Amino acid sequence: MAKKFLSGNEAFAYGVRLARPQVISAYPITPQTIVVEKLSEFVEDGSLKAEFIHVESEHSALSCAMGASSVGARAFTATSSQGLLYMAECLPYAAGGRFPIVMMNANRSTALPWNIYGDQRDSISQLDSGWIQAYAENAQEALDLALMSFYIAEHKKVSTPFMANLDGFVLTHTYEVVDVPTQEQADEFLPSLQTDNKMSLESPKNLAFSAGPDTNTIFKYKEHIGILNVSDAVAEAERRFEKIFGRSYTGLTESYKTEDADYILITLGSISGLVREVVDKLREQGRKAGLLRLRYLRPFPNKEIAEAVKRAKAIAVLEKDISFGNEGTVYTNVNSALQKAGLSIPASNYIGGLGGKNISGEEIESIFDELTDERSRVEFLGIGGEDSGSQR
Amino acid sequence: MKEIIWHGRGGQGAFTAARLLGEAYSLRENTFVLAFPSFGPERRGAPIRAFTKLDTKPIGNRSEIAKADYSIFLDDTLFSEQAFDELKPGGRVLLNTKKSVDDERVITIDGDSIAGKYLGLPITNTILSGALAAVSGLITLDELTEAVKQTMPERLHEKNIAAIRAAYEEAGK
Repeated sequence: MAKKFLSGNEAFAYGVRLARPQVISAYPITPQTIVVEKLSEFVEDGSLKAEFIHVESEHSALSCAMGASSVGARAFTATSSQGLLYMAECLPYAAGGRFPIVMMNANRSTALPWNIYGDQRDSISQLDSGWIQAYAENAQEALDLALMSFYIAEHKKVSTPFMANLDGFVLTHTYEVVDVPTQEQADEFLPSLQTDNKMSLESPKNLAFSAGPDTNTIFKYKEHIGILNVSDAVAEAERRFEKIFGRSYTGLTESYKTEDADYILITLGSISGLVREVVDKLREQGRKAGLLRLRYLRPFPNKEIAEAVKRAKAIAVLEKDISFGNEGTVYTNVNSALQKAGLSIPASNYIGGLGGKNISGEEIESIFDELTDERSRVEFLGIGGEDSGSQR
Repeated sequence: MKEIIWHGRGGQGAFTAARLLGEAYSLRENTFVLAFPSFGPERRGAPIRAFTKLDTKPIGNRSEIAKADYSIFLDDTLFSEQAFDELKPGGRVLLNTKKSVDDERVITIDGDSIAGKYLGLPITNTILSGALAAVSGLITLDELTEAVKQTMPERLHEKNIAAIRAAYEEAGK
């Protein structure tokens, strides 16, 4: 392994290069990020043998990746924000076609008002598209996730496209020290792509066909089972990863001091690092705080959440997302997990970091303070002034 | 944790300096670094900030730095009294200027003259990194030299290393 000083984007690009994709299709203009620029440099300098295809839009980028995947090529694309939304028509297409494409999404806000800063409204709006969704916290996890995402997406029992999300700017543009594995290690971890539905001249197939009312449900059911199987595939990939690279991960969620916690904050992405520091500070004061980081939103870690919070007195979900007219979507999903497990724990929702608004350690501490009254609330962080942001 | 804010105008290389410092510090074992630009769109000539956080344990807080140990100005037209609001107690401003500033919190260096002599361009980002190494001791001259070799194109190595060395000696006086 080699220690390098890389941004989140660059770390992910190094991970993709180690996975040896055969086709990379991308639209290079805003809101695209450096990840594809870095990969184009790798192709140019010969360190990555792949077809790099500049297309005219994000819609075309994913269409192109589907074409490549249909003939058995390992395909990668990347996007962000409005680019993801422009691609949206193709997302369920790729999922329904069971094309194990990997895409990096730099989590950034959606217009209007125009804003290219970070939040998670872009990817969370696409939770129902049939893609696996994972969220990295730091640049090392981004690189490791890049490599693992191909393994998981291509797993025989999964065969589902994978969206790896990196928080815009705070992760994508921030430089950190990263261990870059060797190509030999990566090759040992990730076998070449073998698919059952590969189309070729020798084996012509009818792909992307119609399925009427009689058969449609069974296709959708199988798609659902495929993404549920991700849970086992992640565990398998992480065991294999640890054996080869010596770094361990914890499946769909990561618990931090939740075992005996009275109050648990559930969140995702890069803000988790700051929450962990606040938990440590509160623990020093004798307060039983904990963090549950959701590493995956699809499949949704229902069981893991219920298990982690079952002894808590109150929990809160902090997310950079709002489903207008309701509440944060992660919160909706977490409540469903609690309900299914028969848990009646007061659960609150804090919506913050929209359009790149900073979330401070003091704000996270005040969430833990408010949890002690064991009520449920939905609130916006960072509105300030007389309008406290309380919704009910 | 040591926190450094870099002030410059788009094109002056403030973010490059933030990264260079981070790269230099990360050459040591068991060090943790975050280096990042002020988030958002970039425009040439517009004031920008960049940030470096250095620590010996993992850094969870990815927010912009509010209070710095060193606040560095590549361009003295960006410097004002407000600079002192973003210093920790005992923090210092490192200012590229030909003027003198009568305040014990401010360390000045004529980086433009060094840049003119060694680089032939009014770009002072690597020069202020050399000055920072001398006044702060956060990184050594050798680490900074190695970071230049690892991060900058080869044709820029020799003159930047010479400029850094000159700034290091000047600021260390």
